[in-house]
Amino acid sequence: MLSLVTFLPLVGAFVIFFGIRNDGMARMVAFLVSLVTFVISLRLLTGFDITTHQFQFTEELRWLPDAGISYRMGVDGISLPFVLLTTFLTPICLLASWESIKTRVREYMMAFLALESFVVGVFCALDFLLFYILWEAMLIPMFLIIGVWGGPNRVYAALKFFLYTLAGSVLMLIAILYLGIKAHTFSIPALMALPLSFDVQVWLFLAFMASFAVKVPMWPVHTWLPDAHVEAPTAGSVILAGILLKMGAYGFLRFSLPILPDASRYFTPLIFGLSLVAIVYTALVALMQKDLKKLVAYSSVSHMGFVTIGLFTFNQQGVEGGILQMINHGVVAGALFLLVGVVYDRMHTREIARYGGIANVMPVYSVIFMLFALASAGLPGTNSFVGEILILLGAFLANKAVAVIAATGLVLGAAYVLWMFKRVVFGPVVHEDVKAMPDLSMREVALFLPLIVLVFWIGFYPGPFLALLHASVDNLLMQANTVKAGAVALAQF
Amino acid sequence: MSKNLLIILLPLLGSLIAGLLGRRFLGNAVSRLVTIVCMTGALLLSIQVFLAVAIGDAPSTREVIFSWIVSGDFKVSFGILIDRLTAVMLVVVNGVSTLVHVYSVGYMEEDPDHPRFFSYLSFFTFAMLMLVTGDNFLQLFFGWEGVGLASYLLIGFWFKKESACDAAIKAFLVNRVGDFGFALGIFAIFMVFGTLDYSEVFRMAGAGQYPATVAFPLWGDVPTITLICLLLFIGAMGKSAQLGLHTWLPDAMEGPTPVSALIHAATMVTAGVFMVCRASPLFELSETALTVVTLVGAGTALFAATVGLVQNDIKRVIAYSTCSQLGYMFFAAGVSAYPAAMFHLFTHAFFKALLFLGAGAVIHAMHHEQDMRHMGGLIKKIPITYAVMMIGTLALTGFPFLAGFYSKDAILESAFAAHTGVGTLAWVMGMLAAILTTFYSFRLVFMTFHGAPPKDSHAKHAYDHAHEAPWSIRFPLLVLALGSLVGGVLFQSMTHEGWFKEAVFIAKGHDALAHSHHVAAWVKWSPFGMFLIGLSLAWLMYVKLPTLPGIVAAQWRGIHQFLINAWYFDKLYDRLFVQPARRIGYGLWQTGDVTIIDGFGVNGTAATVGRIAQGFKRLQSGYVYHYAFAMVIGLLVLITVYA
Repeated sequence: MLSLVTFLPLVGAFVIFFGIRNDGMARMVAFLVSLVTFVISLRLLTGFDITTHQFQFTEELRWLPDAGISYRMGVDGISLPFVLLTTFLTPICLLASWESIKTRVREYMMAFLALESFVVGVFCALDFLLFYILWEAMLIPMFLIIGVWGGPNRVYAALKFFLYTLAGSVLMLIAILYLGIKAHTFSIPALMALPLSFDVQVWLFLAFMASFAVKVPMWPVHTWLPDAHVEAPTAGSVILAGILLKMGAYGFLRFSLPILPDASRYFTPLIFGLSLVAIVYTALVALMQKDLKKLVAYSSVSHMGFVTIGLFTFNQQGVEGGILQMINHGVVAGALFLLVGVVYDRMHTREIARYGGIANVMPVYSVIFMLFALASAGLPGTNSFVGEILILLGAFLANKAVAVIAATGLVLGAAYVLWMFKRVVFGPVVHEDVKAMPDLSMREVALFLPLIVLVFWIGFYPGPFLALLHASVDNLLMQANTVKAGAVALAQF
Repeated sequence: MSKNLLIILLPLLGSLIAGLLGRRFLGNAVSRLVTIVCMTGALLLSIQVFLAVAIGDAPSTREVIFSWIVSGDFKVSFGILIDRLTAVMLVVVNGVSTLVHVYSVGYMEEDPDHPRFFSYLSFFTFAMLMLVTGDNFLQLFFGWEGVGLASYLLIGFWFKKESACDAAIKAFLVNRVGDFGFALGIFAIFMVFGTLDYSEVFRMAGAGQYPATVAFPLWGDVPTITLICLLLFIGAMGKSAQLGLHTWLPDAMEGPTPVSALIHAATMVTAGVFMVCRASPLFELSETALTVVTLVGAGTALFAATVGLVQNDIKRVIAYSTCSQLGYMFFAAGVSAYPAAMFHLFTHAFFKALLFLGAGAVIHAMHHEQDMRHMGGLIKKIPITYAVMMIGTLALTGFPFLAGFYSKDAILESAFAAHTGVGTLAWVMGMLAAILTTFYSFRLVFMTFHGAPPKDSHAKHAYDHAHEAPWSIRFPLLVLALGSLVGGVLFQSMTHEGWFKEAVFIAKGHDALAHSHHVAAWVKWSPFGMFLIGLSLAWLMYVKLPTLPGIVAAQWRGIHQFLINAWYFDKLYDRLFVQPARRIGYGLWQTGDVTIIDGFGVNGTAATVGRIAQGFKRLQSGYVYHYAFAMVIGLLVLITVYA
């Protein structure tokens, strides 16, 4: 079942590669494959038992038994939401690329389907080496999507993205090999029980963090993100913000907290510090952006700062809020990038000053834009409100000073988003070409509808989403709060 | 579905229908009708609740609608709490809202965008009802931010106007600063009590089940309840435009006038007062918090009144007046006279909505002219509007037996009867503000309706064509005028002890309100003396000697400028917060990201690697593995070129 969800898109990519020569056909096949994948992934949800933290739908194939490497797959309440988010966003991305991708359509569709496979695989992998392979493999299609179908400065952005992430991953590989050799297995559930001394945990934590922090991205290794977003095609940005950023935070959740609990607690002040800088610093930077897409990109860094704070609060509210906020950010930032894409397709500029007064000509677009802008600012009734409140509450219980500083994000986050919205949508129409912009087509409205439903559903009735998390988060907190090593101080190391 | 739930959902239903279907399918007339019908339904149900709970003796009820957020031991539901505090708010909110909906039919006639406007109005009402009916602090916060959103949307309703958009953003952000404190207050409540339900929190607070102090950053150990109350009060200051966080309210006048009447006079801005009264079981436990509330309230009452003296925009005068009256309500709450605060909230809703809607009728008659210097002599043109404005003014200034006479006097008497230092100070400031209130209110009436008609051609043209408003505007004015006349005398029992039953808690020894009924006669009648002083001054300066104001302004230029600029708060905040935020943001971007992180870090590393690679290139040896190595290096060089 999991393998089906994981590899169906890849199969689709091969079908396009071998069987289809026609662009329109490739588009249709890719969309259908991603849609079928989504439907199948929903079966994971219906068959999921929320009362247990155990991994479910597990599969295991011996691969390199001598080295303890297997093909192990499985999901729990922490990974399932991300699998679903991926399968949910991919069809939307493909639909969004319907008209905006005109060259090398087949290759684009193949890259996207391959990307989906690898990302779903990352969230399902229960073998550390399998995880690493998929984690790295995912870079290739993403690199191509930015580098081939991106904007004018795409090669610089793609390389920056690639090398930034690769540099971090190398250290992670060393850490993974160390763990695997020490435990004689790469099975993730087994590694969670591995006893490790404090100083080993510290080094491993730093090695993991090098990789995860780049992906999140945390300040100060965030500068690849604005460039990558600005150059990436719309759907690339959606998947980048919606899912790829979540992989870093997922890494912290899946590996750092349970495998290295002592080091995680030890480094909490560092994570809090970097996250707070991210929230305030990037919010202020976002305020001054002249480029619409860059603004949304910087806002992502700021919002992910909330997420990392939530994950390291070591309490239920903070961690659940963090996970929920990742889903929320996937939906809201994804939608915002789609919205930027809509006007970019019409005007071919991302410069905020070239717009203004869109509300006069595109009322439907403006309403949808407003909705997601407000969701980004965390208005109650929208999904982000629930996530932010839980994170801030968790932070308040963990460390009041952190909560106070993070809460300034409520003001700053509203400031940049509302100011941007005013400059783009409100006011009179100043530029002649804005007047000629047509409102959303049915296809474009269809892109946003599922996202709008999620915004309100999670905003008003987050119960089912949170219920999915409870058991697994409970278990995670139990692991993260245990003392694995005797309290060996770093100084003694 | 319970009746109480229907009260909340009807406005939402109207809002959704008008908002989603209005523009494309229903058209202006049907959209208006749908929202008004829904509002009327909600109003009738609210009156029924008011009669049962507030006039009759029906017990307070609480029902849980559904579980909202559950995470660990954090459990919050949507619920409806109906007690006398809620009942009063229900009639105020739905009453004024329904009237404003009707009024807007006439007032917004020329605007093509009716579905959007009425949808926003109804949405606001929904959020406000969530705020007042909630049975826990998070739902209060839900409504709290919801009304902030509605306020943002309605201030910026005319989105083509730059100034309106800026005012909308300002209102939202200043409120968010308040919400920042409010949110922290809510977290503190959860941390201390482990729940956000009013009943549980208040029960535990009353029983003393909380730690005496909690540590707070920069502050050290703070008494628990003081911390919670002060954080909550920051929220109240934002929403109710109290000194320091008031700057958004005058700018909010950029919105259509019905909006000003509903949101920025009668309902939303009073949410802070409601919140303090609702949380009275907490505030009563902290003398420090009560002192702060009293001082901020009294300070705002006096400050806003001084600024109101010199405003020339008819709406801004009333806006500062609102700010000032909210100050009265807060210092009433600060001396533990919560019922007096709520009573003033109740009567204020009538006469202040009346004044705003009356001002709207004047603006409507004068073809969108808002500057009072271009008005005058309108008494002949629009006598009905004049009559209702006069009633509103008399009610506001505390003319005997009108609404404000009962409620404002109750507040001043309570402050006097508190017999505390801050109470007496608040009383003195309140008395001074009462003179100013009368002065600026009659200044408005005299400048607008009395004297000679305007002379410059544009205003003269508008004057000549001025006419009474249509019935949709006149009807709400008459209803509110009636309320301003008799609202005080009919409901004065609200200030009696125990009227609010368990909804408001007053600690033993906090007997300002109880003693207020027995103060000396000179205390009872001195506000009327203030009224006479203010009236005489206004008459002298704006009727008898109309050249006097100019002379006074020239004589005390510094003070005049200080007041015209509203004590320079806006300029100060711009220098302190707005400009630095932009400069810092730009600096962090260009210096932090581009120069330091990317310049030295990322691209710098790539360049360094490239330089080293250049050296390695000479090491070609002919071995295959060397070439493989060189290929890797070559890739890096490539990067250097592109980077």
